[in-house]
Amino acid sequence: MPQDITIHLTDREGVHHELIAPTDMQMNLMEICKAYELPVAGTCGGMAMCASCQCYVESDHVLPERSDDEEAMLSEAFFVKDNSRLGCQIQMTYAIDGLKVSLAPSE
Amino acid sequence: MIKTDILIIGAGPTGLFAVFEAGLLKLKCHLIDSLPMPGGQCAEIYPKKPIYDIPSHPEILAGDLVKNLEQQIAPFQPGYTLGESAVSIEKTEDDQFIVTTDKGTQHQAPVVAIAGGLGTFEPRKPPLERLDFFENKGLNYIIKDPDIYRDKRIVIAGGGDSALDWTIFLEKIASSVTLIHRRNEFRGALDSVEKVQQLKNEGKIKLITPAEVIGLEGETTLSSLSIKREENIHQLECDYFIPLFGLTPKLGPIAKWGLEIEKNAIKVDNTLDYQTNITGIYAIGDVNTYPGKLKLILCGFHEATLMCQSAFKRIFPDKRNVLKYTTVSGVSGFDGSSKQAVKSTIKKIQ
Repeated sequence: MPQDITIHLTDREGVHHELIAPTDMQMNLMEICKAYELPVAGTCGGMAMCASCQCYVESDHVLPERSDDEEAMLSEAFFVKDNSRLGCQIQMTYAIDGLKVSLAPSE
Repeated sequence: MIKTDILIIGAGPTGLFAVFEAGLLKLKCHLIDSLPMPGGQCAEIYPKKPIYDIPSHPEILAGDLVKNLEQQIAPFQPGYTLGESAVSIEKTEDDQFIVTTDKGTQHQAPVVAIAGGLGTFEPRKPPLERLDFFENKGLNYIIKDPDIYRDKRIVIAGGGDSALDWTIFLEKIASSVTLIHRRNEFRGALDSVEKVQQLKNEGKIKLITPAEVIGLEGETTLSSLSIKREENIHQLECDYFIPLFGLTPKLGPIAKWGLEIEKNAIKVDNTLDYQTNITGIYAIGDVNTYPGKLKLILCGFHEATLMCQSAFKRIFPDKRNVLKYTTVSGVSGFDGSSKQAVKSTIKKIQ
């Protein structure tokens, strides 16, 4: 039975959420947020073509590198920092158990 | 005044397919969309991306899905008001709706079907101070009349196709064009990227990368921009600044039409016909919500079909009608065209 992982997420109001995410459902962080009914629009459905799931990674987990699509989208997004990622590009795997993120402001 | 049977707001896949189902019931449709072309998100956000869950299409590009739908509904001659957003609705004494767009075009119909997806596509606006103040005073998000840029100093920001295309176009008429992007790589058609490279090499445009506009200056109109490149900030004088960061959908004025809204979507009766709390106004596709709602194109098609049956009953309350199968009845277009399954022939064997 695959184990769940925990994601620590701070929303735009500064409220902390502990998200329990399955690792066997091919879910990404944007989808986990939606499953928890957090205010993440996921407008493009997860194609790295909008920035509505932008978040800041605050723990030192090593994440897979940004793809060209993610890099391109972040280069046109607003409120981007060095630790910005698109939630839809962060897959739920054991390697990111305990990841700390916060949501970027909505545009 | 444009008059029709079903006025569809939103020309995405769901709105387009509604034209077909309405046509089978001899109901005419007219579509309003804020984008200049039909297709909604499929056309604006991901035309080149594949979709794998359209029944009977193991794989289809979003752009091709739209093309096929346009072809499928063509016999029913839908009307289009494109590049305009529906802003207001009013009800007449004889139970008709009048919908007016931002450009003042008026439409009248006994039934309105909102198939607006995530809403009207609006330009993404960079979070800069005094942005609102400079809008239309040197700051434009959309190029409506290219001629106003003749012999002017233009600054464009963005890294996609529209930034590249307008840089190429405006270079021909403006006195100077500067393109600013946060990185050196551009996401656009290869020939556009190469053309911009060539214009830069020839000294015909100025390219500032990796850089971004961080401030707007001017007394009554925009006169200069603050540009941050690496850690340095410098001023660049200009007549026009055009940030082209793509479009984002917003529910917009429809949210104020008195419809019941839940989680940024319109509540409908899914046990019957996807009608909203206002009789005669339906909401279908991604724009609606009900218990168990799934935002899928295939669900939108189903909702459009049920909506049309209900619309027929509203428009012709006393007319008897039954569901017909296209394989049996064929498709008779309003354009006089007719498609019919080949009838079997019976011939005696001697």
